[in-house]
Amino acid sequence: MSTEDQFGLEITELRLGLPGGGERNVKKRVFLDILGGGDEVDLCGNGGGKNRNMEVAVGWPPVCSYRKRTIIKMYVKVSMDGAPFLRKIDINGFKGYSDFVMALEKLFGLGDECEYIPIYEDNNGDWMLVGFVPWEIFTETCKRLRMKKKVLDGGLQTKNLMRKNEN
Amino acid sequence: MFPEEVLEHVFSFLNSHTDRNTASLVCKSWYEMERWCRKRVFIGNCYAVNPRVVIRRFPEVKSVELKGKPHFADFNLVPEGWGGYVYPWIVEIARAYPWLEEIRLKRMVVTDECLEIVAKSFRNFRVLVLESCEGFSTDGLAAVAANCRNLRVLDLRECEVEELSGHWLSHFPDSFTSLESLNMACLGSEVSFSALERLVARSPNLKTLRLNRTVPIEKLSTLLQRAPQLVDFGTGAYSAEIRQDVYSRLADAFSRSKNLKSLSGFWDVTPAYLPAIYSVCSQLTSLNLSYAATRSPDLTKIVSQCYNLQRLVVLDYIEDTGLNTVSMSCKDLRELVVFPSDPFVGEVDVLLTEQGLVSVSQGCSKLQSVLYFCHQMSNSALISISKNRPNLTCFRLCIIEPRVPDYVTHEPLDVGFGSIVENCKQLTRLSMSGLLTDRVFEYIGTHAKNLDMLSIAFAGDSDLGLHHVLSGCDSLRKLEIRDCPFGDKALLANASKLEKMRSLWMSSCLVSFGACKLLGQKMPGLNVEVIDERENVNSLPEYVPVEKVYIYRTVSGQRFDTPDFVRIMGKDKDDLYNLS
Repeated sequence: MSTEDQFGLEITELRLGLPGGGERNVKKRVFLDILGGGDEVDLCGNGGGKNRNMEVAVGWPPVCSYRKRTIIKMYVKVSMDGAPFLRKIDINGFKGYSDFVMALEKLFGLGDECEYIPIYEDNNGDWMLVGFVPWEIFTETCKRLRMKKKVLDGGLQTKNLMRKNEN
Repeated sequence: MFPEEVLEHVFSFLNSHTDRNTASLVCKSWYEMERWCRKRVFIGNCYAVNPRVVIRRFPEVKSVELKGKPHFADFNLVPEGWGGYVYPWIVEIARAYPWLEEIRLKRMVVTDECLEIVAKSFRNFRVLVLESCEGFSTDGLAAVAANCRNLRVLDLRECEVEELSGHWLSHFPDSFTSLESLNMACLGSEVSFSALERLVARSPNLKTLRLNRTVPIEKLSTLLQRAPQLVDFGTGAYSAEIRQDVYSRLADAFSRSKNLKSLSGFWDVTPAYLPAIYSVCSQLTSLNLSYAATRSPDLTKIVSQCYNLQRLVVLDYIEDTGLNTVSMSCKDLRELVVFPSDPFVGEVDVLLTEQGLVSVSQGCSKLQSVLYFCHQMSNSALISISKNRPNLTCFRLCIIEPRVPDYVTHEPLDVGFGSIVENCKQLTRLSMSGLLTDRVFEYIGTHAKNLDMLSIAFAGDSDLGLHHVLSGCDSLRKLEIRDCPFGDKALLANASKLEKMRSLWMSSCLVSFGACKLLGQKMPGLNVEVIDERENVNSLPEYVPVEKVYIYRTVSGQRFDTPDFVRIMGKDKDDLYNLS
């Protein structure tokens, strides 16, 4: 069972449609307000035992941050459950999870009652919860993003994860 | 005894800091003579000495060079807020050296206020070089542009600048004509092209011009035509829809640039525009295509014409075939740098292997300096390289996946790196990677007698490894280690060695809080900085390993600008009383 099946996702690359409209609400860190309660969900579905292509460590390989910012593919596609459009975001434009998540909300005009959790596909094809790894590693390994509709009875300690992994 | 004038004249020929330092130790009168005529000071660690001490000793300085954060800060291993603030230095030198001409800073935090002080304090200020610095904005640059009437060099290398506006460039007054070198490649914001063009047009001595990404390719020919005397040129984004008129103008402008020796820039390359540079290839001594995501055939075509190339910086897109061409065409090559195009992917999409490096080592007899990222290596390749090029002075190899063994024999790469240090007797800088045991450190300690800087990651088995290095490498001044099982024993046994070095960095190793404290207590000439961001750090027992420790010699005692995650160990009065 692939991790994608766990979410019942259909990943389609191309979508047509108008960008989401709507007014901006007062900025609120919606994702940081998701309360914990319950165990962290193992999104990889493998307890970390899968053979990764490459061990990812902070600051490795030793490519200086200036170069990383400059050459890494800047824009990452973001899709949203139920939305007929795709957006792009420059991950390198942010310093950490807090700004980044706020920008994601803005991108989709999401407000107070945010029902979405950001997840991302990494360089190994695994779908992970945004905030799962240190920020630095996230910027290096994130290939695309998805705003997934929150499952109400799931317990996701997103807030703690992001705080812990903030750069 | 020579009269002072003679001594002063003799000293004027001593330019290297080492020579001057040596001369100053001969006797008291030489010390006195030398200190009065020292014009340039280089301080490799801004926390090693207090600015007032420097000023007191050297009253007539014209050029100051300072370095701040440790090298691993380049890879985000030093948390933000650690230190490296140049402000205290700027304040003191502004007061003491009104005739200062040059400031060069590397890995320091420079604020706009610092730049404003620089702009207003030094009447004859000529050279500002900021490398890997941060903390300032384009407002600070505007202050420098507006006030430094005699500025020759403004060189921003890989700085992180807050971009408030591109308007800063327009602050150079119309009467300002002394510019010789401008490097703004790291800036993101667009500057007024007409202001830039006018600046270039009124700078007859402009030799270096490195543009930023926002200067479009269509405008390059205009600038080149304005500055036929340019020696070092960095393009902006080198891409556009193919237009014959733009291409022709550009190719023509390059062909008229008879003095060009160095090319760089080339972001976002449109390959069809690359042939525009062919006419200058044979003149080039330095070429940096490491931001050009362009494939091997295009790159190969270029390097095959660079007969006089001494320095080449490329991405792994050049592949083994491209490097083979380099080995045959670039017979004067001294330095090769190959960066990874996609550093975080385990699979290999690009055909660059150890073979590329072996070919260059065979064909380029003057090759001295290598920085090479690749996915596989073998002991036999390393042995070949060392035998081909015993004249190597800098060898930095990064095998992208940690702890990867010889891909042929599956053995550690100890013997290969051992061969490098044994054959390359002039080696001053080494970075290693791949699977390495304590054995490689034994080779290094035995043979690497001229080694000045060593970088180690994911290597070794035990403290013995570290002990070999610290006890054997007589010339070692900078040692940086991450993710190695080195701990207290080797560190404490070689404590006195640390005072002969500039600094030691160890992160994700096995050095305990207790050992750091002991070292700090026993060695008053060292600052032992534990850098640890864990929330519960104050309640951790002493035997627990620290996250990171940075140890450096200093004559100025502990610093007082540390953030809460940095503790300078063993300097509390309580600790000293408890010395056993």
